Formats: sequence, C-alpha cells, structure tokens
Amino acid sequence: MKTPPRSHPLWLAFLLHRLSGLALALFLPVHLWLLSQAVTSPATLDGFLAFADHPLAKLAEFGLVFLLAVHMAGGLRLLALEFLPWSNRHKTYAAAAIGAALFLSGTFFLRAI
Amino acid sequence: MTTTPDTLRVTVQRGTASALRRETFDVPAYENQTVLDVVTWIQQMADPTLSYRFACRVGMCGSCAMMVNGVPRWTCRTHVKKVAADGELDIAPLRNLPVIKDLAADMDPFFDKWVAAEARHHPSAGRADGFDPVTPQEPARAEADLGIECINCGICYAACDTVAGNPDYLGPAALQRAWTLLNDSRDADRDGILTAVSGKGGCHNCHSMGSCAQYCPNELNPMRAIAGLKRETVRAAWGRKRDA
Repeated sequence: MKTPPRSHPLWLAFLLHRLSGLALALFLPVHLWLLSQAVTSPATLDGFLAFADHPLAKLAEFGLVFLLAVHMAGGLRLLALEFLPWSNRHKTYAAAAIGAALFLSGTFFLRAI
Repeated sequence: MTTTPDTLRVTVQRGTASALRRETFDVPAYENQTVLDVVTWIQQMADPTLSYRFACRVGMCGSCAMMVNGVPRWTCRTHVKKVAADGELDIAPLRNLPVIKDLAADMDPFFDKWVAAEARHHPSAGRADGFDPVTPQEPARAEADLGIECINCGICYAACDTVAGNPDYLGPAALQRAWTLLNDSRDADRDGILTAVSGKGGCHNCHSMGSCAQYCPNELNPMRAIAGLKRETVRAAWGRKRDA
C-alpha cells in the first residue's frame, strides 16, 4: 500500500535526526580507534593527520561537524518538545536547528580551508 | 486553466485480507464531487457488492475515512478536484488497520487501544453529589478543549509511521483522548490514565514525526497532546520517587 507523503517539515526533521545519529554512531568507533593509534602506533596517526590536510578531507569534516551540530540542535529541540510547555513553533525550531548547524559547520569549514 | 475531465479513472482496492485485488472504474466527473460521492456512484451504478462505510456525509461521524491517492482523508469532505487534478483516483481502506472487505477497515484495534489507554471517563461523583464547576478559561480546560473535537476517524492512526512499525503503540487518537481526560477535573482516575499511557506502547513510543497533526482533518494536534502526556508521566515518576 502507498504510504502517506512524508515530505512535511517535522517528519524530515525526524529523518535527519535519525540519519545523523546513525552516521555518528558509525563514525565514533573509527574516531576512537584513530585516537588510540596515538598510543599504539604514532606513525599511523601521523600518516592520517597528513591525509586530513587534504581539501577533500576538510569537506568530509565539514559534513561531520554538520552532522554533530544538527544532531545536537535537533536533540535540544526534542527535549524542549517533551519537557517544556508546548510551543506551536516546532517547524520553525527544526528549521533553526538546521540553520544553526549549517552556520557552525560552515564557519568550521571556512576556518579550515 | 485546467479543464475537468469527463470521466475519472478510479482504482479501488477490493476483497478481503486473504485475497486483495485492485479494480478500476470509469466514473462520471462533475463540477462538484466528493471522493465519497465517487465511491457511492461505483456502488450504486457499477458494482453493488462494493463495501465501504459512511454515515453523516458532513464530516461529523468520522466513519468514511479512506486512503485517497495514498493520503488518509475524510472522503465526505474531500473534493475530487482538490486531490485528483489529473482525473485519477486510487482509493484504499485506512492504513495500519486490518481489512474487513473492500474499503471497510476493521476499527476494532483502533478502539481497543482507546480502552487500553484508559481513554474513557472515570466517574468522580454520583448523581446525588455536587460536581466541579469547569470554566472555559481554566488552563487545563483550555488544553482539553484543543483535543475534544476528535471525531474518531482514524486518519491520524493511518498516517502514523510509529503505529505502522509498532503494533502495540496506542496511537495518536487514543493518547490525545487520554490527555483530554487528564485535564478534566471531573475524571477520577488520573493515576490510572498515567499508568496506561506510560506502559508498553504508550506515549513514550512517539517519535514526534507529526504526521498525525499534518493529516488530521479537524486540524487537531495529537503530537501536542502526546508531548503533554510525556511531561506529566515524567513529573509523576519524579513525584513517586520523592515520596518513596
């Protein structure tokens, strides 16, 4: 059966929150493994840090910062939705969460390049 | 300017759950025509064995909701011109509910969950007792007022992806009804409601996707009610912890 169209702001905010959470869950073990190389294999870490200076790696970091920021801002919106008195502005808040995440990640990117 | 086609091409889901099929009918198009008119024309003029459900035809009884081109809608108040500009209609029974036959969905699970959510009045006084005066200005009454125009049509239940993914989830309508009762000073079982809506399948399953509010034909916001239940259940849990 056809499902109802989900292209409304709060459903998309839900999707973005889930996907960013999943992506971060996949990223974290790699991140921690790489940090552990500082102790176990400094040469590997240095090799990766050299690779991280590549512009494409900076672009990927921009994506990562966006995911982190949008997941945090979206999470704060959900906490507000569930614990603060109701507000009718949740579509605005969801848009603001994305805007704040883009601002943060964009600022990071401009400083990085 | 779009012109109205002479006929509508209407695909209807037929049969029972064990043997679903789709049938297509050509239905005369009129300037003013609701989706329910189309379904009625098919039953009266093309195939009298078509089963569907309706009663009031004016958007009060909540019995004629169906999936129209994939969207849950009250068919008696849905104009064909607004949902099928190209003259094509796809009509199916409400999503997330078992099919009885053709367009008639089995509403039993929907209403069983109203009972499971304690979304029924719990009397606080007998006929000889006085009763709480309730003024429309009270904040709790104003909050309840936002949810009491629910006509039990099941559209939010059909729109909800949490219901689709979790058969135990009580659903937006039952939880909203529980919320209106929680805000009613004449209801005697506040603890019972909070226990019912915070258990398995309760309000904390809601992912706040907002499809209930998006598709509610009466423009209610069950997501707001469910957020209220989440707040109250957490507050009650903290209270119990402090008392212990």
